[in-house]
Amino acid sequence: MWQAALCTHYASALGSTVLGGRDVGALRLYAAVAAGGFRRYATYRVATAAGVFTNTVFGVILVHTYLALWDARPHLGGYDQAQAVTYVWVGQALLATLAIGGGGVERDLMERIRTGDVAVDLYRPADLQAWWLAADLGRALFQMVGRGLVPLLFGALFFPVALPADPVTWAAFAGTVLSAMVVSFALRYLVALSVFWLLDGMGVAQVAHLVGYFCSGMLLPLNVFPGLLGEVVRLLPWSALLQNPADVLLGHADPLDTYVFQGAWAAALLALGRLLQRAATRRVVVQGG
Amino acid sequence: MDRDSGPDGAFIDVDRVEKVFDVRRKTGFLRRERRRVRAVDGISFRVARGEMVGCIGPNGAGKSTTIKMLTGILTPSAGRLRVAGIDPARERGRLAQRIGVVFGQRTTLWWDLPLIDSYRLMHRMYRIPDARYRANLDRCVDLLDLSGLLDVPVRQLSLGQRMRGDIAAALLHDPDVLYLDEPTIGLDVISKARVREFLRTLNADRGTTVLLTTHDLQDIEQLCSRVVVIDHGRLMYDGSLAGLHEAGGSERVLVVDLERELPPIDVPPARVVRVEGPRQWLAFPADRSAAPLVARIAERCPLVDLSVREPDIEAVIARMYAQGVADRTERALS
Repeated sequence: MWQAALCTHYASALGSTVLGGRDVGALRLYAAVAAGGFRRYATYRVATAAGVFTNTVFGVILVHTYLALWDARPHLGGYDQAQAVTYVWVGQALLATLAIGGGGVERDLMERIRTGDVAVDLYRPADLQAWWLAADLGRALFQMVGRGLVPLLFGALFFPVALPADPVTWAAFAGTVLSAMVVSFALRYLVALSVFWLLDGMGVAQVAHLVGYFCSGMLLPLNVFPGLLGEVVRLLPWSALLQNPADVLLGHADPLDTYVFQGAWAAALLALGRLLQRAATRRVVVQGG
Repeated sequence: MDRDSGPDGAFIDVDRVEKVFDVRRKTGFLRRERRRVRAVDGISFRVARGEMVGCIGPNGAGKSTTIKMLTGILTPSAGRLRVAGIDPARERGRLAQRIGVVFGQRTTLWWDLPLIDSYRLMHRMYRIPDARYRANLDRCVDLLDLSGLLDVPVRQLSLGQRMRGDIAAALLHDPDVLYLDEPTIGLDVISKARVREFLRTLNADRGTTVLLTTHDLQDIEQLCSRVVVIDHGRLMYDGSLAGLHEAGGSERVLVVDLERELPPIDVPPARVVRVEGPRQWLAFPADRSAAPLVARIAERCPLVDLSVREPDIEAVIARMYAQGVADRTERALS
C-alpha cells in the first residue's frame, strides 16, 4: 500500500513544480487512478501468492533448459551462462508486470466494451486512454513488487547470475522497465479496442498473447534468433518489453538508444490507439439498452 | 431567466432529434445485410430548470438512446440538442461538469475497491474543491444512508446499496441536471422508496433538474409532475400524468349493487360492461363526474351499495403502446 501512496505523493509533488494548475489536476486524477489500479490487484493476495509460486517454478525449469542449451552452444546470442540465467529471472519478474501473457487491465476494458459499460467511462470528463494507461501502470507496479521481486531474488540467491553492482545500470534498467510498461499497455489497448468492432475479443487476445510470448523474447532471447527473422523480430515493438530491459541490465545495450527505440514505439502505438479510439467512439454502438 | 436556458426557458432542449443506426445482419455464410434502424425518429421536448420529468416507453423505444445523446456519448443523426446551452456531442467535457448520470444497470463505481475510493476518484476527476466535496459527500452519506458502507468493496454491496452509492457518485460535483436511466430497476420496495425520497428532496432543496426513464409507473406517480411517453422512437405523449388518462381514452368504472337481479341499466354515456347477479359494472369516460350518473341510476333502480374504480394507468399505457402499433400498421397498409 505504501508504494502506491508514495507514487501518488511523488507524482503530485512533481506535478506542482513542473506543470500549471490544469495539468496538476489531471495528474492528480491519473495518479489516483494508478493508485486504484495498484490496490485493485493488491486485493487478490492468494492469486498473487500463486503467481509468485508459478513464476518461480517456471523459472527453475527454464533455467535448466537454458543451461543445457548454453552447454551445447556456449556464448549463444552473445550471452554467457550466467547472463542467460539472469535473462530467465528477469523474464519471470517481468512476465506479469508487462502482462505479456495477458491479464492486464485490458481484460476489464474488453468486458466493459462488450457489455456496454464503457458508456459510463465515455461521459466522464476523463480521457479513456489516459485513464486505462494510469490504471495499468498502477497494476504493473503492483505486479512488479508483488509478483516480480520474489522470483528475481530467488534466482539471484540460488543460481549463478550476472547482476550489475553499479546503481546507474539499475536506474537505467528501471527506466527501460517503465518504458516497457507503456509500450506493453499501448499494444494491449489496441487489442481491447478491437472489441468495438468484433464484440468478442478472445480470439484477438489469444493471438496477441502468443505473438507477445514469442516476439518479446519470453521463450528465447531475441538475439539468438538467426538471420532475417532475428533482424525483424528485434525491430518489432514486442522487443521493447523483455529484450530491451534485459539487455540494459546485462550491459548489452546502450540505455539511451534503448529509450529512443522504446519511446518511438510507445508514441506510435499510443497515437494509433487514439486514432482507433476516436473511430470507435464515433461509430460506437453502445451495447444494450 | 438564467443564461444557460434557451430563448423560451428550456434547460434541456430536444428539437426534432433523430438517431439512425446501421445494423449489419448475417444473412448467409459471408453475406451481410445492412439495415437502417431509426432508434429515435424526430423527438422534440423541452424541460425547464428545476423540473422533474419521467420518461416511459416499452423496451427498445429509444429512451436510453435519447439519454445517451443528452450525455454526449452518442451523436444525433439529425436535429438539435442543447443541455444548459451546451451541444452535448460537441462539448462532452464541458457538459460533464454540469450533468450527473446514473445508469441503473451499469455502475460507475470501481468494482473491487471500497466505495470511498470511487468517491475520491470523482473528487479528482471533476476537480471538486475540497470543502465542497466534503460537504456534498457528508450530505449524500447522510441522506442515502451510506455511512456503514464507505469501506466496503463495491462488489460486496447489495443492488440497493450499490444503486444508492451510484446516485451519490453522480451528485458529488453538484450537477444542474441528473439523468437517471431506470434507477429503481431490480430494487425492493423499501430501497425504491428510499431512492424516491432522496430524489424528491434533491429536487426540492437544490432545484436539480431531473430526467428519469423507468418502467415503474410508481416512480412517475410519486416523483414527476410531467411524463413523456416514447414508443418506436416517437413522442406519443407529453404532459401531466392525469392528462394521460384523457389522451389514452381511459374509463372509470362504477360498480352498483342492486336489490335484485335486473336487466342492464341504460344510462348513456355509461355502458354496462359486466353483470353478475344483482351487481353491475358500468364504464364511463374518465373525465366525467360519477355524481349525475349515480343520481340517474338511483332514480330508476333500488340501489344498495356502490363504488367507483379509477382507471389503471398501466392499462392506459398498454393501450397507448398497442394503439401506436395499430397506427403504424394502418399507415403501412394504406
